[in-house]
Amino acid sequence: MSGKPRLTYCNGRGRMEPVRWLLAAAGVEFEEVFLETREQYEKLIKDGVLMFQQVPLVEIDGMKMVQTRAILSYIAGKYNLYGKDLKERALIDMYVEGITDLMQMILVFPFSPPEAKEKNLDSIKDRAINRYFPAFEKVLKHGQDFLVGNKFSWADVQLIEAILAVEEKIPAVLSGFPQLQAFKVRMSNMPTIKKFLQPGSPRKPPPDECYIETVLKIFKK
Amino acid sequence: MAGKPKLHYTKGRGKMESIRWLLAAAGVEFEEEFIETKEDLEKLRNDGSLLFQQVPMVEIDGMKMVQTRAILSYIAAKYNLYGKDLKERAWIDMYVEGTTDLMGMIMYLPFQPADTKEKNLALIIERVTTRYFPVYEKALKDHGHDYLVGNKLSWADIHLLEAILMAEECKPDILSAFPLLQAFKGRTSNIPTIKKFLQPGSQRKPPADEKFVAVVRKIF
Repeated sequence: MSGKPRLTYCNGRGRMEPVRWLLAAAGVEFEEVFLETREQYEKLIKDGVLMFQQVPLVEIDGMKMVQTRAILSYIAGKYNLYGKDLKERALIDMYVEGITDLMQMILVFPFSPPEAKEKNLDSIKDRAINRYFPAFEKVLKHGQDFLVGNKFSWADVQLIEAILAVEEKIPAVLSGFPQLQAFKVRMSNMPTIKKFLQPGSPRKPPPDECYIETVLKIFKK
Repeated sequence: MAGKPKLHYTKGRGKMESIRWLLAAAGVEFEEEFIETKEDLEKLRNDGSLLFQQVPMVEIDGMKMVQTRAILSYIAAKYNLYGKDLKERAWIDMYVEGTTDLMGMIMYLPFQPADTKEKNLALIIERVTTRYFPVYEKALKDHGHDYLVGNKLSWADIHLLEAILMAEECKPDILSAFPLLQAFKGRTSNIPTIKKFLQPGSQRKPPADEKFVAVVRKIF
């Protein structure tokens, strides 16, 4: 047996957090290796372990997987969180890609210069409220508990992650979205997700100064 | 019957080009409706045709699909270009993400300020020759097969050929240190559907020029 998946990344959210969410939601235990120094990172590159010299890296089922989307697709496929057929998969992919675009804005936000932060926060708010949340609010009007195929999928995990991440920055962001509010409560109460949301889980806190410094130290050329 | 897929985008490569490549390689005929003005885009948005108010949008099998990767994944799976199982799909996904990053760098080059172009081009060439191409050269070397994954043509191969040709447009001899990629390029270009797509008169779009950049800026 291959053992638990092993995640290699910095000790923070970044691009690995959706992977932690998905594994946790699927009820899959995993190990983590944290990058703390540039030397560690350079050793990984030298050892030929990183296909494109980048992390995230997830060792799973005998593969050294890189590229967040590839990793997430594999996990979703393996744990039956990818719909029942090609068309459901298409919907899940569309939803996930949209959410990823929104999360990308949040991902890069801590690294933007201080003078740009207010404008960037406004952009996140604008996109969440005017582009992404309305789309999912409309989808959920089908009256089912989950986004696609009346069954829990990767798209639901990605959406609850995004909702919570945006709320951290804009607390009242869901005020115009009753379906999303109900969705948030339902997802938060699913046993595996509920466990992940409790203190002591592998979930990482929002990025702080220390995290930003570490990332810049390790990756900046 | 569903009819031909219909692509909605501007009349240029951008994010739609990889979709044109994949459909063409799969031997699938498609129609195109070009967005030429801001009003064209607004109409699509007001019709509720764009899930996130963005293009590319492809009408296919009764769906109005958006998000390039979602569209490409669907086409790849539908036309058996996505490997035979989950693990092959994982490899294809990893390779495609690499070529996507590579082509993404090249795609944005015409939209960057003139004084940064030279520096950005140099960075692209460095990344292509030290980060990306070595990976695909090694993959082909390790298994000695004609194709990247599972000894069978897949989305990864089509995407790689597209990336190679795009990189060569930046620097014509960029493959000089990569003999297996050169052979790969030769072989893959000669696949009948791809050969046809590479000929004049196909739906393949030319590289972005100043006129295209101006159109895109005006619309978006």
